[in-house]
Amino acid sequence: MNWPYKDLLGTRELSREEILLILDTAESFKEISRRDIKKVPTLRGKTVITAFYEPSTRTRVSFEIAAKRLSADTISISGTTSSAVKGETLKDTGRNLESMRPDVIVIRHSMPGAPHILAGALASSIINGGDGAHEHPTQALLDLFTIREKKGTLDGLKVAIVGDIAHSRVARSNIFAMKKFDVDVTCCGPPTMIPPFLEDLGVNVEYRLDKAVADKDVIMMLRIQKERGGISVIPSVKEYAIFYSLKEEHLQTAKKDVIIMHPGPMNRGIEISDAVADGPYSVILDQVENGVAVRMAILFLLLGGES
Amino acid sequence: MDTTVLLDEKAIERSISRITHQILEKNNGSGSLSLIGIRTRGVYLARRIQEQIRIIEKKEVPVGILDITMYRDDIFKLKTPEVKRTEITFDVNNITVVLVDDVMHTGRTTRAAIDAIMDLGRPKKIQLAVLVDRGSREMPIHPDYRGIFHPAGVDQEIFVKLREVDGLDEVILTQSA
Repeated sequence: MNWPYKDLLGTRELSREEILLILDTAESFKEISRRDIKKVPTLRGKTVITAFYEPSTRTRVSFEIAAKRLSADTISISGTTSSAVKGETLKDTGRNLESMRPDVIVIRHSMPGAPHILAGALASSIINGGDGAHEHPTQALLDLFTIREKKGTLDGLKVAIVGDIAHSRVARSNIFAMKKFDVDVTCCGPPTMIPPFLEDLGVNVEYRLDKAVADKDVIMMLRIQKERGGISVIPSVKEYAIFYSLKEEHLQTAKKDVIIMHPGPMNRGIEISDAVADGPYSVILDQVENGVAVRMAILFLLLGGES
Repeated sequence: MDTTVLLDEKAIERSISRITHQILEKNNGSGSLSLIGIRTRGVYLARRIQEQIRIIEKKEVPVGILDITMYRDDIFKLKTPEVKRTEITFDVNNITVVLVDDVMHTGRTTRAAIDAIMDLGRPKKIQLAVLVDRGSREMPIHPDYRGIFHPAGVDQEIFVKLREVDGLDEVILTQSA
């Protein structure tokens, strides 16, 4: 199976086979992070730039660690310290960065489609590290990796995605990816956080949390996307927490071996209780560990082939 | 395309048996010895050597699996290189590692394998066992143990077939017309 793309912009355009290639490749890379010497020479001489115009802890560190463990060089720039504040356009920034001959640019931007603009304008490989409320493909891929690792398969599973679906790129990328498999996806949240025509993506919609989590193999909790106006569509955070915070009692009706996921950052006490976040069903930190392996696989597939 | 059989099932068995005895002779038995097979067919050869050692020495030596893709020097020339898992669960520090591969040619695979093992620790010794040495080295690397030496030209290919993956034991030489 060949990797046909220059860029990774979303999960929507990936086939089932391409997703499986990423997950299988990631399995081979996972072991490296548990060695004493956490480095292989695979991408020696390659340069990865991470350009994050939105805050990030996990994704950025994960990409940089992934690149460094493959021996690539990494440089990171952020929105507030770059020339964007001096009025340079995204395309111009991209072209200037490209003149320094990077091989990959990872971009996170509040504007949906920003990575696509760069992908069209530049010869470097572009990885979407999150574009507005549109897509966050590497998060969805690490989520799928974690689900497959814990459940042994993706096909036949029932998944609930709960929270601010309308403003969540994580939800969108996960739905696109999961629908390439035989996954039964139920989205749950207050009606104002459920985008219109969501069912057209092949998912179920449920407004009550207890009903949404019943009989599920996987429950994925999302935070309220305050930076995208999530707060303005609910009466209050306190009220939201009453109806949509995942507590231990909710897990009674889920499958016995249910796993609880969260892409982070968590808002404890709002969408998830401490007991659940730190409890035995939580795989939240496994997601973070797997993120490195999945991003190593993506960098490898984008760069490792014939140039 | 002309095909010649270089080794049949019996001949492969004898080669592995001799290599096993040579490994034990050179290392004074199987103490502090580990085998690491290079994917794919080196792994099955390593397991066969392990089985022979079990019969001769009544001792089980560990077998590790090494995928050298991440260490290849032509990684950017391959279409989509496929990486598989490396599974070495034992500590490689201060032991004698016998690398096992099916065909030795340029020596580049061995170079990659040595680098990969050195990233896991510092073995006391690394030795190399191959079933077929086809010559044409591009690196100053030579096997410690080999089944047969059969210099092959650029228009010739050597294929090792093993029953675990190919359904039969055979080493063949093909000549493109």
